[in-house]
Amino acid sequence: MSDPETLRRFEQVVLPHLDAAYNLARWLTRNPQDADDVVQEAMLRALKYLTGLRGENARPWLLTIVRQTCYTWLRNNRPPAEVYILDQDDFDLATSPPGEDGGGDPETLVARIEDRTLVNRLIAALPVPLREVIVLRELEELAYREIADILAVPIGTVMSRLSRARARLRAGLFRHLGESDRGL
Amino acid sequence: MDCNQARPQLQSRLDDALAAEPAAALDGHLAHCPPCRRAFHTLKTAQGAIREHADCFRAPGALRSRILAELAAAAAAPPVSGRGRARRSGHPGRLGRWGWFGSGAALAASLTLVITLTLAPVPGAPLEDQVVSAHIRSLMENHLMDIASSDRHTVKPWFNGRLDLAPPVRDFEAVGFPLAGGRLDVLDQRPVAALVYRRRQHVINLFIAPADGAAAGLHEASPTRGYTVLYWSDGGLADWLVSDLERTELLEFARLLRSPPPAQ
Ligand SMILES: [Zn+2]
Repeated sequence: MSDPETLRRFEQVVLPHLDAAYNLARWLTRNPQDADDVVQEAMLRALKYLTGLRGENARPWLLTIVRQTCYTWLRNNRPPAEVYILDQDDFDLATSPPGEDGGGDPETLVARIEDRTLVNRLIAALPVPLREVIVLRELEELAYREIADILAVPIGTVMSRLSRARARLRAGLFRHLGESDRGL
Repeated sequence: MDCNQARPQLQSRLDDALAAEPAAALDGHLAHCPPCRRAFHTLKTAQGAIREHADCFRAPGALRSRILAELAAAAAAPPVSGRGRARRSGHPGRLGRWGWFGSGAALAASLTLVITLTLAPVPGAPLEDQVVSAHIRSLMENHLMDIASSDRHTVKPWFNGRLDLAPPVRDFEAVGFPLAGGRLDVLDQRPVAALVYRRRQHVINLFIAPADGAAAGLHEASPTRGYTVLYWSDGGLADWLVSDLERTELLEFARLLRSPPPAQ
């Protein structure tokens, strides 16, 4: 099935993006063992479809496969309530617009956000469609166009999800700030 | 530009997704509009902090090794229908998969052939690249060791008559780097000694070759395919150390290897 040339190409072109693949799978499954399984499966799929990779950047190409593998995995392994949102075509219309940032100022935001655990907890708590745009944009630093291709949605959708994801993260940080203030 | 035009563009500016002209127009507005400037500063602060603090996970070394092994199997085997890659319920699925891989005895012959063709050292390739390929090859070919032993008094004499050098063989089990064995390998089209050590689930290859005479301190090759490669020379022998182990741990091991052996 795979000749030596294909395997060599895979090793040179795809394998360097293994960390990016794992990072996305780890954030979407939120579990190291599941991320292991998903990435392993995705790499085999990537080998199978390697001839479909022509000239374009291998990283978004691989992440597309990883994301699809994650979604399949989530559908098969997660409770329906959590999976429901994955299948909602009108996700972008159905959710309420992002709330205000709570009027916090940037300097308090800096102080709060130094809390690494809180930042990670807030990202993990985002629904998958918002979490994945944060991972792809802020951690993998992909461009809007690349993210749109991976998600198979228009660029405008990527921008609106990103905006809502960021607003939720900021709101979470400010809300937490309010609570700890009351606790004093 | 007014605030109503500026606000929707703040995020694109943040993500460097505006063309030069609209970016300049927006910057012009921000320069004399404190509320928009403050909104942009909030976005930028949050982005910077998220990028700095969010976990960026790296593929574990054990996963990397398993994927290499599976790729080798996939490359060697025609697609098998219903090969037991069942959705798992709990953990048995994962075991089942490796059970499948392990039982692929029929694959072994073609597997070795394919990998040898694929990962054979490329003459003229940078040496660190050859070192990494040799390391991967050792994991894939089920040919990690010619002599499997944790006893240095067994491993060391095994090289007698097989190489025109006598590699020093030491065990570091007491400090968590047990000796696992040795084999002959090839670097730069020359036979070299390969000593295999383990650290938890990680495999470490130490390649020892004759050196051209100049002693050289500890060096680190630029990261190659996710592996750390360290090398040094004592004048007579050149050592190359490679693993997917955490870099700091491999450095620690290199320091141990370079430390003078205890008096016998
Ligand atoms: Zn304004």
